[in-house]
Amino acid sequence: MTHNSINGKAKPVGEKWVWLTSMGLAVGILMVVTLLGLIIRNGLAVFWPKPVIRIELQEDSRFAMRGTNVLGGMIAGTRDKIVQSVESQTGRQKQYEQEWHIMLGNKDVYGSSFRYIDLDAAVSVSRPPRAIMVERMEYGNAIGIPQSLELADGTTINANDPHFDIKLRSLVENVRKRRAKIREIERIQIGAINHELQQLRIKEQATRRQADASALSEIIDGINAKRSELTAQYEVLAGRAAELRKLQMADRFHFQLFTGEFHSFPVGNMVHIHYPNAMSFGDKIRHFSHGLWAFVSQEPREANMEGGIFPAIFGTFVMTLLMSIAVTPFGVLAAIYLREYAKQGFFVRMVRISVNNLAGVPSIVFGVFGLGFFVYFVGGSIDSLFFKDVLPTPTFGTGGILWASLALALMTVPVVIVATEESLAAVPRGVREGSLALGASKWQTIARCVLPASAPGILTGLVLAMARGAGEVAPLMLVGVVKLAPSLPIDHIYPYVHLDQKFMHLGFHIFDLGFQSPDSDAAQPMVFATTLFLILLVVLLNLGAIIVRERLRRRYATGAF
Amino acid sequence: MIDQVNEKPETTLKAIDWNFYYGTNHALHDISMDIPRRQVTAFIGPSGCGKSTFLRCINRMNDLIDGVRAEGSLLLDGQELNSNDIDVIALRRRVGMVFQKSNPFPKSIYENVIYGLRIAGVNNKSILDDTVERCLRKAALWEEVKDRLNHSALQLSGGQMQRLCIARCIAVNPDVILMDEPCSALDPLATSRVEDLIAELKQDYTIIIVTHNMQQAARVSDLTAFFYMGKLIEMDLTQKLFTNPGVKQTEDYITGRFG
Repeated sequence: MTHNSINGKAKPVGEKWVWLTSMGLAVGILMVVTLLGLIIRNGLAVFWPKPVIRIELQEDSRFAMRGTNVLGGMIAGTRDKIVQSVESQTGRQKQYEQEWHIMLGNKDVYGSSFRYIDLDAAVSVSRPPRAIMVERMEYGNAIGIPQSLELADGTTINANDPHFDIKLRSLVENVRKRRAKIREIERIQIGAINHELQQLRIKEQATRRQADASALSEIIDGINAKRSELTAQYEVLAGRAAELRKLQMADRFHFQLFTGEFHSFPVGNMVHIHYPNAMSFGDKIRHFSHGLWAFVSQEPREANMEGGIFPAIFGTFVMTLLMSIAVTPFGVLAAIYLREYAKQGFFVRMVRISVNNLAGVPSIVFGVFGLGFFVYFVGGSIDSLFFKDVLPTPTFGTGGILWASLALALMTVPVVIVATEESLAAVPRGVREGSLALGASKWQTIARCVLPASAPGILTGLVLAMARGAGEVAPLMLVGVVKLAPSLPIDHIYPYVHLDQKFMHLGFHIFDLGFQSPDSDAAQPMVFATTLFLILLVVLLNLGAIIVRERLRRRYATGAF
Repeated sequence: MIDQVNEKPETTLKAIDWNFYYGTNHALHDISMDIPRRQVTAFIGPSGCGKSTFLRCINRMNDLIDGVRAEGSLLLDGQELNSNDIDVIALRRRVGMVFQKSNPFPKSIYENVIYGLRIAGVNNKSILDDTVERCLRKAALWEEVKDRLNHSALQLSGGQMQRLCIARCIAVNPDVILMDEPCSALDPLATSRVEDLIAELKQDYTIIIVTHNMQQAARVSDLTAFFYMGKLIEMDLTQKLFTNPGVKQTEDYITGRFG
């Protein structure tokens, strides 16, 4: 060991620099923890019920609305605003004032549903225990004091009635079941009929183009017969759906707004109700988990600002899976050639540098390439070869989940190549020699010994590729992501997997909610929640790959080397 | 130089003026020797003397290195090995090899033993099962691993791994087994088990063993060849070479005066 000769004390040279490395790690961890903490806190807070307050303002307050000095709503947040800043002897003085960000709800009455109110302007604040918050299909939440239920048979149940709440909840439950029924009829049954009608139309066009006049009328007659049969089925289903819709509108819910007006809407519009000021802790937990599950499992409503994100989660998942399926064989084969077969020299070195640099190309470039090559060239060719009948409507010649996955696969292939090359290089020479000495060919050696030994390293590369691919947004906007996809890329209609379909993506959903939505106040919490689920999905996908990797490692755990 | 006091005149491997180059480095100079069938021949000599290089010429493992070149003649049962026409894969099936560092594949014990058969396309379960038992018994490993044939070979101890590599080698039924310092990474107990195994295997196979351990060469081999600076200095019956070496350099080496 080297000794410090100046002060004579034995001191290992350079050890003090350890703090520098630990600082590097600490800063990294701090950033990760802060970011994750922010997202988890804000993302989960969306689902936690917050109290509804009734605010009485000073006379003639500038915050008064609708001719009264009373208003109410849910506190979405508080913040300090700088009222004035004055120069004084001690320097610049700033005066702060607290203000509340209130969600008023009732967009159908008020027009906008958020409002800032200075805390000082309030005379009194109370939490009315009877305040109700109704999640609706349209116009966002309704907030107020329930008055009565006007039932279809003409009877009215007053809010003071002890059975009011039970009745309301059972009505909401019925409405929910009926809505599911309508959805089943309209989306699945009528959807299937529409699909068949579409096929018939294509068939008709194709026959008109090809068949000669004699056979034509016969085929067309057959098609028309089939069509009228389908239309009849459609009429029946549509009639049943209309009937159910009418039932949805039968009962009406009456309530009073905090600003004094009375208002009502059909119970069919209700999605979920709760009394935020009268909830026990258990109720809040139940509300929280219900909200969380609804968010994960439902489809978005109201320009994506309400409802859930299920199609986006599913789209992201399928896209990442397709990307992994495309990128792994491609990257692994390329790496095998580069490392095992190519004669190492100037050319291979250049190829390797180029591949590494490919990882640094901005992702939008891959999007543009994907649009030009996959969508227009490959997709266009597929359409003109196999989907001639549908043209000029493109099938594969437009953005879709397959092209998006392939564009991302192209983007992430350098990651897989680099990781695979490194893990191939790490396979001990002895293993290769042992295999060759037993009379194996080079390919047999690679396939049977080298690849299994390097599989954990390859999976590490895949984890990195998935992490990068799943969160990418820019290229997707060019090759198939949409704000709202009418159907999922995998569904019940033959052939079940629709690789040509446009899809929703969590990353794009965040962009859309945060920057494209008409009401940014309402969208902000959704942005956090969506981000949380994007991160969760990436973590889950990676966890899957990591579990497989650990299994492989354990299976061939290195013993006494 | 080469003493022909061999009782068994049958030669399996014959080198005639064998020269070998790594690029411009002349690694082996005019090696000529006869290696008898079903005997143990030991190669000794200081590090870098060319004994491993010569060993790896026999199964053409040096082909893996770029820029190597060989001159002269190396005959395995009369077949020239220094030829482009030779089927290297068939040669390596006839000439098995056990390496200095045991190198089991990242597979189960069972799959390790039958690796050579699998790559040759043998998939008959009963043949494979028989081979595994026969070879593991021959390698004196059967009793230790028979209950965990499907476990990873990498969980075995160092000595067990080396015996597994021997079992794997004899599973393809070679004529010659090359051993490149097979015991250098093993403890004395494991070493003695491998040495017993070599004595056993001698009945069926021609064994060529490279070793740094003079006692080991004396214990296991019938013939010993002493290499120095890429040249074959002396080759003789082991007993004679160790008790009455014909060349001064050999005597200096085996008595530890250099090396």
